[in-house]
Amino acid sequence: MTWTLVFVLAAGAYAFKVTGLVILGGRTLPPVVDRCLALIPAAVITALVMKDTFSTGRDLVLDARAIGIAVAVVAAWRRVPLIAVIVLGAAATALVRLIS
Amino acid sequence: MMVACLTLSAAVGVFGVSFGVASVSAGSSVLQTCAISLLVFTGASQFSAVSVIGSGGSFGSALGGAMLLAARNGVYGLAMSRRIEGSLGLRMLAAQMTIDETTAMSVAQPDPRAQRIAFWFTGVALYFFWNLGTLIGALAGNALDPTTYGLDVAFPAGFVAMLWPLLTDARARLAALLGGAVCVVAIPITPVGVPILLSALAVLVGVRRPREVAS
Repeated sequence: MTWTLVFVLAAGAYAFKVTGLVILGGRTLPPVVDRCLALIPAAVITALVMKDTFSTGRDLVLDARAIGIAVAVVAAWRRVPLIAVIVLGAAATALVRLIS
Repeated sequence: MMVACLTLSAAVGVFGVSFGVASVSAGSSVLQTCAISLLVFTGASQFSAVSVIGSGGSFGSALGGAMLLAARNGVYGLAMSRRIEGSLGLRMLAAQMTIDETTAMSVAQPDPRAQRIAFWFTGVALYFFWNLGTLIGALAGNALDPTTYGLDVAFPAGFVAMLWPLLTDARARLAALLGGAVCVVAIPITPVGVPILLSALAVLVGVRRPREVAS
């Protein structure tokens, strides 16, 4: 991590927030752009979950993390609060590592 | 409503601890880690950036992935612009707080006044807890190995929980499925960080009109 990256990240993240709230304001975007932008969280967050669960660097791996995420998926499906999903997922992973 | 806002903020604070640990173990200093939470203040982008850097990715791929995730705050800003009134300075401040949780808490309220209160209250509480959590995690991070307590899974597990409500929509489910699949296929064949960028192609699911997509 470099300070340049810290400040570029900060400027970029704030630019998006300001563009939406202050600059574009109440203006409407073409519906097709709106529809695509709305799908960013679902697509990108799923990808992040996949990367952090099934990979180490550029290798696809299957280890204790998969069990932890499976537990988290069940917890989320049962509508358990955010914090409990995190704790259950982490605890399940730690437990598998402990006994394997 | 205040209780819900506070509970959510405290929970996110715990998430902040895991960010602090993740960032320090990915090679950032304590000062850099705190600066990221104070200045960037959007969890997904922060985690993405330190995770890409930590696994050896380049400046460009770390930035690209983080910015793709930050883009949705622009969409939230569009949604909130009709609810947040006041001077330019006040709206510039509101912009920094326009993220998943504040938007979600605000739009869940029944009337405009409650929506404004929920936005500001959640924003301030979240800013406090997120940064406090980050500091605690950054200080503890040097002393503990995140894999021992499964803390490396805290981030993806938290995202599973945040993802769940989004998946009630059929197109979002399709985008999630495609995004996840693209990422897994791309991991062994592209440089670190690129799979996350490629996964964003799944938003093209949105090009077709809703009625034409079978659900």
